[in-house]
Amino acid sequence: MRIVVTVKFVPDLQSQRSFTDGTVTRTAEDGTMNELDENAVEAALQLRESLPEGEGEVYAVTVGGADAVAAVRKALQLGVDHAVHVSDESIAGSDVFGTARVLAAAVHQIEKDGPVDLVITGMAALDGLTSMLPTALAAELDIAQLTLASSLTVADGTATIERHMADAHETVTAPLPALVSVTDEANKPRYPNFKLIMAARSKPVTTWSLSDIGVDPVQVGAMASRTTVIDASPRPPRQNRVTVTDKGDGGTQLAAFLVERGLA
Amino acid sequence: MTDVMVAVLVEHRGNEIAQPTLETLTLARSLGAPVAVWMGDQPPADQIERLGAYGAAEVRVVEVGDGARHAVTAAAAVGSATADASVVLMVSTFANKEIATRLALATGAGVVVDAAGAQMVNGRVETTQTVFAATWDVRTRVNADKAVVTLRPNTTQALPAETPAAPEVVSVIPLLPEVRESMVSVTPVEREDGVPLSEAPVVVSGGRGTGGDYTLVRELADVLGGAVGASRDATDEGWISHEHMVGQTGVTVTPALYVACGISGAVHHRGGMQASGTIVAVNIDPDAPIFEIADFGVVGDLNDVIPQAIAAIKAHRQG
Repeated sequence: MRIVVTVKFVPDLQSQRSFTDGTVTRTAEDGTMNELDENAVEAALQLRESLPEGEGEVYAVTVGGADAVAAVRKALQLGVDHAVHVSDESIAGSDVFGTARVLAAAVHQIEKDGPVDLVITGMAALDGLTSMLPTALAAELDIAQLTLASSLTVADGTATIERHMADAHETVTAPLPALVSVTDEANKPRYPNFKLIMAARSKPVTTWSLSDIGVDPVQVGAMASRTTVIDASPRPPRQNRVTVTDKGDGGTQLAAFLVERGLA
Repeated sequence: MTDVMVAVLVEHRGNEIAQPTLETLTLARSLGAPVAVWMGDQPPADQIERLGAYGAAEVRVVEVGDGARHAVTAAAAVGSATADASVVLMVSTFANKEIATRLALATGAGVVVDAAGAQMVNGRVETTQTVFAATWDVRTRVNADKAVVTLRPNTTQALPAETPAAPEVVSVIPLLPEVRESMVSVTPVEREDGVPLSEAPVVVSGGRGTGGDYTLVRELADVLGGAVGASRDATDEGWISHEHMVGQTGVTVTPALYVACGISGAVHHRGGMQASGTIVAVNIDPDAPIFEIADFGVVGDLNDVIPQAIAAIKAHRQG
């Protein structure tokens, strides 16, 4: 079974996140692999480990500028077999559809060495949180979509997931090849250990440009984007914040605050 | 400007229209002429009347049965019903974001999800969103001729139209694609009384500090007419079901009032509630990050503070 995991390079949640020229600022210093992609990597590794030695192969793929290579390096440290970094000036400013097109082309490129059975993604990237990429990529690849999986099993050429929607818990199945997005409930991601970190150092990262994977640059990037961020500004911090220490009347003060604001 | 057709996908539970749909219709009226799209069995007359009261000149009914649970089918159904619309609005839910994505791919539309508002500027839709745990405001322009936008609940005040419409009801026969996915089982989530968490005007949440006892949290929620939320810690502990989890991977809420009881305020939690109107926090730890974003914070034991607050609110109401 060959599995492709998509990983995204995002600003660290604890860093001061910002925008530059309408796109999320991503720098090597405070960037990292999207935390929710760790669940995708973990799901892929668990599937590989459930197979006899040598029958499973996991590729991690990222799209982005030079710094984005950190995302696939992290995936290597976690134990994936191959890392691919698609990098091209023309990609900058792509919307989700442009990114999906590039990722789909990368999957097709990997398929030249053998079929890909599963594409696994995280449920969202913690910078944009739109959750659109999994659906867009499944559509672009024209394969089944099994999104927001809180569990995943693969047997006899079929993937089965459970998903917790707002109104119901669903069990959904689809024949492979399929795209699966996993939630942070799906598993507990492993930590890279010293041995894996050392081993990852000697693993190469394959770098592809758009022409390597047959994508016409005019189909992606800012020019092809159907949406443009025209303004981004930090919100002012909340004004007049009050914190009191309970000295026996904390609850009364809380109630008074709510009444004063017309909220109780 | 009324020549712009704005389709609104109706959220409904059974035959009851969900409140965020009325908010979405209100926003739709400011963009153009609203048309409601009802996926499911023919709606009853009173619900059609309600859609008319919020300005829908037409209700398009598209019936796909359980197919509505598949993004592929639902997107095709919505697409069939909105082919002539310049703007398609939906309520932000995980399911609708997938429908929006598929619809945009099929139609070439530009899509913005989790918007807090939208307006028409020189014939283009511009949206506002808050991002990065509500620390930034972003404006986005849709460049394509068609726009698909999902709107967060509680971001627009629902107001009936000045002149109610008497909507014409039209059945739409959708063109449905092949579906690869099969639904093996669907187990409905038992709903608690009251409004769903994502739509509630008040949310009272409990975290690790509750020690697993939600009695006080529920009581305060009752008194304030709110829904009960929880932190990831609490749902991971199994103290309360996953549906209650407020956070960037759970439910995102923007109520007028958010009360955090015994929640430290990790960035994952803040990402799901920081855009709330007023934030109140009670925590025993003065260094809890939740105090950095609370309009009113009480450093103290919630077992002391909450009962006293409930009593004081009740006393105030009795005058």
